[in-house]
Amino acid sequence: MARARIIMDGRDIERTLTRLSHEILERNKGAEDLVLLGIATRGRFLAMRIRDKIKEIEGIEVPFGVIDPTLYRDDIGRTTTQPPLKEMEIPLPIDDKKVILVDDVLYTGRTVRAAMDALMDFGRPKLIQLAVLIDRGHRELPIRPDFVGKNIPTSLSEEVRVHLKECDGVDEVVLKERDEG
Amino acid sequence: MRKDLLGIKDLSSREIEVLLETAERFKEVSEREIKKVPTLRGKTIINLFYEPSTRTRTSFEIAAKRMSADTINISASSSSVVKGETLLDTARNLEAMNPDAVVIRHPFPGAPHMIAKEIKASVINGGDGAHEHPSQALSDLLTVKEKKGRIEGLLIVIAGDIAHSRVARSNILAFKKMGAVVRVVGPPTLIPYGIEDMGVEVSYDLGEAIKDADVIMMLRIQLERQKGGFFPSLREYSALYGLNLEKLKSARRDVVILHPGPINRGIEIAPEVADGPYSLILNQVTNGLAVRMAIFYHLLGGKE
Repeated sequence: MARARIIMDGRDIERTLTRLSHEILERNKGAEDLVLLGIATRGRFLAMRIRDKIKEIEGIEVPFGVIDPTLYRDDIGRTTTQPPLKEMEIPLPIDDKKVILVDDVLYTGRTVRAAMDALMDFGRPKLIQLAVLIDRGHRELPIRPDFVGKNIPTSLSEEVRVHLKECDGVDEVVLKERDEG
Repeated sequence: MRKDLLGIKDLSSREIEVLLETAERFKEVSEREIKKVPTLRGKTIINLFYEPSTRTRTSFEIAAKRMSADTINISASSSSVVKGETLLDTARNLEAMNPDAVVIRHPFPGAPHMIAKEIKASVINGGDGAHEHPSQALSDLLTVKEKKGRIEGLLIVIAGDIAHSRVARSNILAFKKMGAVVRVVGPPTLIPYGIEDMGVEVSYDLGEAIKDADVIMMLRIQLERQKGGFFPSLREYSALYGLNLEKLKSARRDVVILHPGPINRGIEIAPEVADGPYSLILNQVTNGLAVRMAIFYHLLGGKE
């Protein structure tokens, strides 16, 4: 039986996303030229929530899309079965835009690397920033987030699961022991 | 997944679903300005074609290139086949150059299966005689699923030269596996004896057969395989079994029409029908490309 501990509940997540939205606006001096791109699957919903919050704060609807890094992964062909492809939806030319990549958990950094490579195939953004709900450490690539919801020190035997209403029915962040096998 | 794709016969309905879902995603890649993903970087794919082909060969080649694999095309007419090399020797020699996949089209049924046993590379059947053409059947499934939203419960009418058609065979297997009802129609000489054993309905009257069809799939009269005198004349065939606007009047208003190409305009299908609003012939080609990308993705990805 794996131990599981809730480290953020729905209200924590809401407050954190509100702060992240303000930070994104502060750093970029407003919402002009911003594009929010969620990394499939859960990054999409976080990006949508941040878009809604920015609209409340600034009155501007920031363009939003979804990016699927699967075809750019560095472990493609190293697993016994191929991972399923997810959605890809880049709503507008991203040339000279400020792209905010949004994901739920930052871990090794390999997904973000793949997402950035995918993004470059769609154009040349002015800059890319990374916003994550959870940073759990253990980076394997020189990648750092620009906006962090919560830093959670973890051991390699643990895993962090973000559950969101849109796809899991509930908002919470759970820390648990990795299932063996 | 598996090493080879030799026929629809070997696939489970779950495997077919996975391939179709993957293909739906791959369509997006072909709509980009930069139509290329790095997924198969460093892989080598050989197209070994012993029969003429425009669509299938080009489609496999573009699919491989959009996934960053290197492709080589070999056609029988310009290869050592003309010097008398056997198929197996050709395959072994290609194998010695360490390709990751070989797509083979051959006039003899079972040729890809024989090669698959002999070489380590993935073998994909690009059409073997009158046996199977799995990538075509998968494209047709995707085309129908896209338009109708489902496969299960639909009535698919396959019309024309059933006896010589690998497309018909693969499609009968594919649509039945996914829960559709399949009816074949054509002159008695072109309907193989015992085809009912595949679980299909049989009709000899095109106008009757298409009345309640959701999908009509017209097959090409294979002029290159017609030496047996299966029907008196092309003109008579066209009058009885060609799909024209007049015959189409008896069909449902939401019917869709497929044809694997190349079409013989005015023989099995009238130009007004082929170019008309019910026709999905060009969707089949677009989807064929996405399906072949999905096949490469699943066959060349998995490691033991």
